Amino acid sequence: MTVLANPPATRTEPPVPPKRRANRHNFGFPRRGSVWTYAALLAIVAGSIFPLYWSFVVSSQTSEAVAKTPPVLIPGGHLFDNIARVFDSTDFGKALLNSFIVSGSITVSVVFFSTLAGFAFAKLKFRGRKVLLVLAIATSMVPQQLGIIPLYLLMTKLGWTDQLAAVIVPGLVTAFGVFFMTQYLGRAVPDELLEAGRMDGCTTFGLYWHVVLPAARPAAAVLGLFTFMQAWNDFFWPLVVLQNNATVQVALSSLASGYTTDYTLTLTGTLLATLPILVIFMVLGRQIVGGIMQGAIKG
Amino acid sequence: MAVKATLNRLDTKGSPYLYVAPFFILFGIFGLFPLIYTGYVSFNDWNLLDGGAHQWVGLANYREMLGDSYFWNALGNTLSIWVLSTVPQLLAALWIAHLLNHKLRARTSLRMGVLLPNITSIVAVTIVFTQLFGRDFGMINWLLGLVGVGPVDWQADTWSSHLAISTIVMWRWTGYNALIYLASMQAIPHDLYEAAELDGASPTQQFWRITVPNLRPTIIFTTVISTIGGLQIMAEPLLFAGTSTPTGGSDRQFQTIALFMYEQGFREFRFGYASAIAWTLCLIIAIFAVVNFLLTRRIAKDEE
Repeated sequence: MTVLANPPATRTEPPVPPKRRANRHNFGFPRRGSVWTYAALLAIVAGSIFPLYWSFVVSSQTSEAVAKTPPVLIPGGHLFDNIARVFDSTDFGKALLNSFIVSGSITVSVVFFSTLAGFAFAKLKFRGRKVLLVLAIATSMVPQQLGIIPLYLLMTKLGWTDQLAAVIVPGLVTAFGVFFMTQYLGRAVPDELLEAGRMDGCTTFGLYWHVVLPAARPAAAVLGLFTFMQAWNDFFWPLVVLQNNATVQVALSSLASGYTTDYTLTLTGTLLATLPILVIFMVLGRQIVGGIMQGAIKG
Repeated sequence: MAVKATLNRLDTKGSPYLYVAPFFILFGIFGLFPLIYTGYVSFNDWNLLDGGAHQWVGLANYREMLGDSYFWNALGNTLSIWVLSTVPQLLAALWIAHLLNHKLRARTSLRMGVLLPNITSIVAVTIVFTQLFGRDFGMINWLLGLVGVGPVDWQADTWSSHLAISTIVMWRWTGYNALIYLASMQAIPHDLYEAAELDGASPTQQFWRITVPNLRPTIIFTTVISTIGGLQIMAEPLLFAGTSTPTGGSDRQFQTIALFMYEQGFREFRFGYASAIAWTLCLIIAIFAVVNFLLTRRIAKDEE
């Protein structure tokens, strides 16, 4: 129907000239990387990797080896002794489990609620839609750290201090997730498909379940990935509210804050806390890079 | 039939509100309410150790804050660390994005390599760097020793601790910003470069005359985001001290405002005072975001 209303514009522009062979004429962009480009980039990547590599080296050495000059740069054979030491000296296993529970439930919930709200904002007509959407986006500008004191008071009132719920429940929805899904579903779900569904007698929730959710899958994967990583790395709020029931980042910080720091122990903890995220990054790095390149994640 | 029609109407008109409600309800309870309540708390003498007893004191907390040398010290430290980390970070990100914008082999691996620091946690990064910046056995002092510079006690002085903390922030965020820049670089039309090349513009000229002006909105975005993040820095100075004392070093030489707020709230349990600091920090962030936005827009315009 809409096609008839807008007849195709007549072509007035001249035909596009054949593409020049970029390298032969040295025209065109992007340019081919020179040896210097590669050298600079490899140096930068080496600088990115080194601190993590270093934590691996230290965690596979004895404590004495760390204090050597020049520093030891190759991994030793004590990784598993040190890991055992970490689990002996703190309740690191429980912290890891806590982090998995927290990050897992936050991820599932954020993906679900964001898709639901994104569907409503992108595809359903209701009064106040625009105002509510702007309001939702505006909330992402609010610095969360600053409400931490009353939030803590609220948690004491609810009796949630030292309980995982204190970290999970405030994280169940994010403005970013809602905005991200609204953007994505607006493009990914054709209106015709929804109309056809309605003709077949689908309820709105039925449309969500049978049409929107399957279409949202690629975006849900990216959103889930980012949410998990953010929840896993979160530190400030868990530090405040989970003093005696730590997540892995809080356990790590207490490992590092003894009066005489055992660096081998601490850096082994660092490695253990980073490993799950590193594994995700190795497997899904392409999607993560792509998501960020779309400007998909905010700092 | 009538019942079915009514149900249908209810479903199409009413259900959207149901779908967006969870977000607004949860945000209201755990996001907006605390923020506004912080304002109320800041006008009270509120100590958690008294079992939550509190007394309205008006602007007393704010007055005390303005006369508190620890507050001004923390503000100075925050600004210093923010400038030291943001300016070089964004310039380096621009350069890295430019490098990545070439035709490259192993493109994805290089991008992943650059992004790697960003996916690690602040805690992990800070712990590793604290070790690298160690006075006695730290690798950075060892490297400095090779070129004849004596060992630096990084935690001990204002300038050295700020430099070290800024390095940690830079290491974690430069690659992220580079990828954001790269994405917008790739959206710049190729014929702009071809035309410039025909006019005899060198690659450097093309970079400053075409690439940078076209990145203006993205540069504004990254500057504002880094400012908002930079002014709230807390975890890095907390962990850089080695022990979990929130004073930011023995002389508070690297205590930031957010850390000062944390100290007053959760170590001294002076919730009213800490809330006043929080509100002030919020105001500072808002002012900075606006000034930043205006300034960056101005600078980028002059480039054209």
